[in-house]
Amino acid sequence: MAALINVPAKARRGDVIEIRTLTSHIMETGFRHTADGKLVPRDIITSFTCRYNGTEIFRADLFPAIAANPYLSFFTVAKDSGTFEFEWIGDNGYSSTGSASITVE
Amino acid sequence: MPTTRRQFLSLAGGVTAAGTIPIVTLRPLQATPAMLTTAIRNVVGEAPIRTGKVKLDIPPLVENGNTVPLTVTVASPMTADDHVKSIHVFNEKNPQPNIANFHLNSASGRAQVATRIRLADTQKVVAIARLSDDTFWQVAVDVVVTLAACTEEMN
Repeated sequence: MAALINVPAKARRGDVIEIRTLTSHIMETGFRHTADGKLVPRDIITSFTCRYNGTEIFRADLFPAIAANPYLSFFTVAKDSGTFEFEWIGDNGYSSTGSASITVE
Repeated sequence: MPTTRRQFLSLAGGVTAAGTIPIVTLRPLQATPAMLTTAIRNVVGEAPIRTGKVKLDIPPLVENGNTVPLTVTVASPMTADDHVKSIHVFNEKNPQPNIANFHLNSASGRAQVATRIRLADTQKVVAIARLSDDTFWQVAVDVVVTLAACTEEMN
């Protein structure tokens, strides 16, 4: 879905690479009220996972204190050519996935 | 002589600045509200938490608490024997004390994560790292927030 994923297209084996993701989500905190006093229900992404050729390399538990459109940056060691799979899971059955490929020389 | 708008604004600005700075400097570092302590103990358990190794990059003065860039770096060789297992970020005065938990492993290469967070008030942000030998290291940073996030009225 609406996610920006930034993974280097090429890397040398053993390089430490940065992975950056930005996904589109309101991240409604559940602590806000409308003008007539009603509580706006919580709607956030609670979990993010990144898998590299099927192995989990990074996971994050997110809370309402994460800003809207969650941005995450993290690192990993380039081992083999293949794909990174990203998964965002949230309230109200929200689920979104993305992927990126890398060539390791 | 009537007060001009410019004079009034500079005076008001001066009062605000004078009013904020003492709050930050005088707040004792150890004074942690109960919710923050509880949230930290839920993660750490009874283990002692040492200060050091962890670096928390966050602007000291934030104009808009709705999106505050945050980077946590842990000094670690990230080898199979000595790496960072997880990084936990907490706040002191948002409606709830957790910000995020990040799970890393020895293949991460570098113990650094970055994200953008919300801050509801001028407060302390705490980052705690759990190393592979199950020791905990923390750092606390004070942030001044001028426009709060999280609880504002929805338009």
